[in-house]
This record gives sequence, C-alpha cells and structure tokens, in this order.
Amino acid sequence: MLFAIGLAATLIPLVLLLILGVHVVWTGWERLDLAFVTSFPSRFPASAGILPGLLGSLWIVSVTAIVALPIGIGTAIYLEEYGRFTASPNGIRFHLARVIDININNLASVPSIIYGLLGLEIFARTLGFGRSLLAGGLTMALLVLPMVIISTREAFRAVPRSVRDAGLALGCSRWQVTRYIVLPMIWPAVLAGSIFAVSRAFGEAAPLIVLGAVSYVDFLPGDLSAPFTALPIQIFYWLSRPQAGFEIDAAAGIVVLLMTLLGLNGFAIYLRYRYRTAA
Amino acid sequence: MADTPTSRRERTFERLLLACASVSVATTLAIVLVLVIETLRFFAEVPLLRFVTDVEWRPRFAEPSFGIWPLVLGTCLTTVVALAVAAPLGLLSAVYLVEYASNRVRRILRPTLDLLAAVPTIVYGYFALAVINPFLQGIIPGLATYNPLSPGIAIGIMITPLVSSLGSDAIDAVPENLREAAYALGASRLATIVNVVLPGAATAIGGAVLLGVSRAMGETMIVAVAGGQQPRLSLDLRIPIETMTAFIVRAAEGDTPAGTLAYRTLFAVGTTLFLMTFTTNLIARRLMRRSRLA
Repeated sequence: MLFAIGLAATLIPLVLLLILGVHVVWTGWERLDLAFVTSFPSRFPASAGILPGLLGSLWIVSVTAIVALPIGIGTAIYLEEYGRFTASPNGIRFHLARVIDININNLASVPSIIYGLLGLEIFARTLGFGRSLLAGGLTMALLVLPMVIISTREAFRAVPRSVRDAGLALGCSRWQVTRYIVLPMIWPAVLAGSIFAVSRAFGEAAPLIVLGAVSYVDFLPGDLSAPFTALPIQIFYWLSRPQAGFEIDAAAGIVVLLMTLLGLNGFAIYLRYRYRTAA
Repeated sequence: MADTPTSRRERTFERLLLACASVSVATTLAIVLVLVIETLRFFAEVPLLRFVTDVEWRPRFAEPSFGIWPLVLGTCLTTVVALAVAAPLGLLSAVYLVEYASNRVRRILRPTLDLLAAVPTIVYGYFALAVINPFLQGIIPGLATYNPLSPGIAIGIMITPLVSSLGSDAIDAVPENLREAAYALGASRLATIVNVVLPGAATAIGGAVLLGVSRAMGETMIVAVAGGQQPRLSLDLRIPIETMTAFIVRAAEGDTPAGTLAYRTLFAVGTTLFLMTFTTNLIARRLMRRSRLA
C-alpha cells in the first residue's frame, strides 16, 4: 500500500516534467527553425528571434566561468587539502576552514534575487560598470560560487588520505601533492562539478533583471561594457506579453534553453561516469 | 620553516588559495552591508512603524503607503501551497526510495528526480502559466489568470527533489537495529515505518521540509510570471497577489536611479525577504544538526 503511494509520489513529478517537455515542444514547434535562433526580437511574434538573448547568455556564462571557477576550485582546495588535512584542531587554519565552511552553506541558501541587489549596488553603481555584461557576469559568478565550491570539493573528498600521505612521505610539499597527485586523479570530476554549477548561470534570470538587463536589444554585444539581455529574460518578457503569439515564442525559447542545458549537463554526467568507471 | 625556494613557493600558493576562500566570506559581508545600509536609508524616510503597521503596499502612489504585510502574505501564500505539494510528495518518495526501492531502481530514480531541480525556474513559470493554470481553471470557478495557486504548485514540484533527497538521508540515518527490533516484535513493514522509522527521523525530516520552505520563499521567476502584481491582504488563492520577490523584479525593471526612495524600497523588501529565509534556514540546519545530518 505505502509502496504504491510512495512510487506514485516519486513518479508524479517526473510525469509532470514529461508533460512540460511535450507541451513546450508541441507549442513552440512552429517557431523552431534556424531563423528563430538567428533573428532579433520583434514586435511581431511570428518574426521574433532569440539571437541577442542567446549570445548574451553565452557571454554571461563565459564571464561567470572565468571568474567563479578559479576562485571556487581554489577554495575547495584550501578547504579540503589545507583545512582538512594539515590543520591541528586548535590551529588557525582549522578555524578559518570552519568559518568558511559554515559561510558557504549559508551563502548557498541566499535567494538569487538578493544577489541581484548586491550586484546592483556594488557592480552596477559603486564600481560604475552600469547595466553591462561585466556586471551581470560578476554577479552570476558570486551566485554560483558556493555551488562550484560544494560540487567540486566532493571530488577531493573521494581521494583517500593514504594517497596524500604517500606523497608527503616521499618529500612532496602540500602543494605538490595537490598539483601532481590529487588533481590528476580527479580532474574529470572537478570539471563535471564545475559544469553543473556554472550551467546554472545559463538559466537564471532574476538577478540579471534586478541588475537592469534590458528587455529589447536590437544589436549584438561587442564587448563587456555593452548592455545585454539573456535567453531566460527574453522568455520572461515574452511570457509577460498579452498576445498569444509570444507564448509560442516563449515555448520555443524554452526548448532552446533546455536543449542547451541538457547538452551541458549531459557532458558533465558523461565525465562523472567515465571517472567513476576509471577509478 | 627553512626559507628555501620550495617553502617560499609553498607559502605563496597557500596565501593565494586563502585569498580565493576569503571571496565567499567577503560576499557574505557585502550582502549584509549592502542590505543594512540601503535599508537604514529607507527607514530614514519611511518610519519603521509605518512599514510594519500600515496594511497597504502602494509605494508608487502620490500618497504612498509602505505596509509590508501584503507582500509578506503573498510570499506566505505561494509558500504554503508549495509546501502542501512538496511535503507529502517529497516525504512519500523518500520513504519509497529508502524502504522499498531496490538499489537499481534507486540509482535510476534519484538522479532523474534531481533533473527537476536543474530545470531553470523561468521554465516552471511557463509551466504554471500555460499548463497548470488553464487546467485548474477548468476545475476551480473564478480562478484568475494570475494567482498564488498555480505558481505555488509549480514551486512545490520544483522543491520536491530537495525534500525527497534530504528526507531520504534522514530516513537512511535511522539505525537498522531499530527496524530489526520492530520486525522481531512481529511488526509489519508498514507498522515499522509508521511507528519506528518516521518518528525516529522526524526532527531531521522537519529540517528537510524547512529548507524547502526557505527555497520556496526566495523563488522569484515563477511568481513573477504567474502570481500577479497586486499586493493585497487576502487569503483568497484565486485572485492575483504579489510576493516580495515579484515586487523586486517589477520595481527593478524600470530604471530606478540610485539614491531615490524607489531604489531604497527594493533593498528594504530584500532585507525582509533575507531575514525570513535566513531564519528559516537557521532553524532547518539546527534541526538537521541535532540529528547529526548536516
């Protein structure tokens, strides 16, 4: 009895996801062609496209990755290789690692829109970047940073302590152990975790809207100081329009968004799988 | 420590890594600082007393009114609906995954459920507006195009994997010998789960559900798409409302110049939201830590 109810409860969300998938493809089908991906937005739903949004999103994700990955992986290394293994329980490193650890968990649960307010005040106003790609990318980098740290440090934890001890016993320094022994063992998992985390920046809209991403862009961003829109924001504005035609555009945009995310995450899952079978 | 090239390089690397790690601490400080400063400026213009005693939210009217409660109520309505969906679904699926599913089934189902959490929230917004709401309008008379019900259900589906996954951990942590003791006394599987496993995991399950609540309160795009833009003090689930998050999105859409009251209003609402999600999180983590799970 409970077996059947439990199974149903597990399957209901999945069935709804399936319905959603079929619905967007069904609704957006007539707009899904090359012209949709290579056109600018328009007042007329039938000729509107997602080019500026798609490129804007790619720019944002690139900035996010360039900023968040080194910092995030660096933090993971510090917490796992320096904080966890070298620290005596009363040492400064131990306490630092603990404070940072608690802090990351708190940061990960801050609503994304709050990051938008942070970016608006710090990047757009105080530092004077305005409503630019740079401000958007930096805001997103701060948003995904806790996730990069959490998902990459898992990889470091999978390495047994004996491996590190062997390196240290041979006279390696802590950094040499990390660089030449630990990282080569786990880089596919680190990469997979990074992709999982950074791909969130591709689908996130709320912080960018608060930051002042613009709704209508009829040019392509040339550099990081350009105003921008992003694919999820484009979808949001289409959903806010009363004409039925724009709902079709929104559905088609969602198909492109989901396919891109599926590609990114699929690659990450493949990496993770390969790594598991190799280890 | 000897001052050799290796040890010097070693110290440089450690400092670099420490610098990376401090970015996240700096981010936290910056968030708190920004919220506090702009909110204090807001309260220099609008008395705190009016913020918490006025019953209307009309920040843009000629005679503005800054009562936060309509926005808080909007957030609570969508959150309660989300909870009504996610708590039963998440818990039942957690019980199924831990107590009934075979290892093979679990290995397939858990990552598939996690897919739900990877779907961008704007997509759930579409789901609420274009799929759930038309369906509900056929059942519930008088259901408006925008309402807290449909986005609430969408949020519920979105956070179900979180509740299910944390709930599984909670149930998994109940010692096996408790189950065996129940079986030895002749209890059926169902009786064991209801009388032994679930009570044993209750504290941690409470924590799991509260983490879901905190996520639901901060959700933005779903309610911005499907919740409406009419802050009001009403418990009617059929008519448009406005949540704190949806207000911030709508108010930030037009360019709000820094230094104006409109700009500071964003931060005052943001601070209220932050305090609510942060407190919920704190309680959730305490509950989970008490059962040694977090």
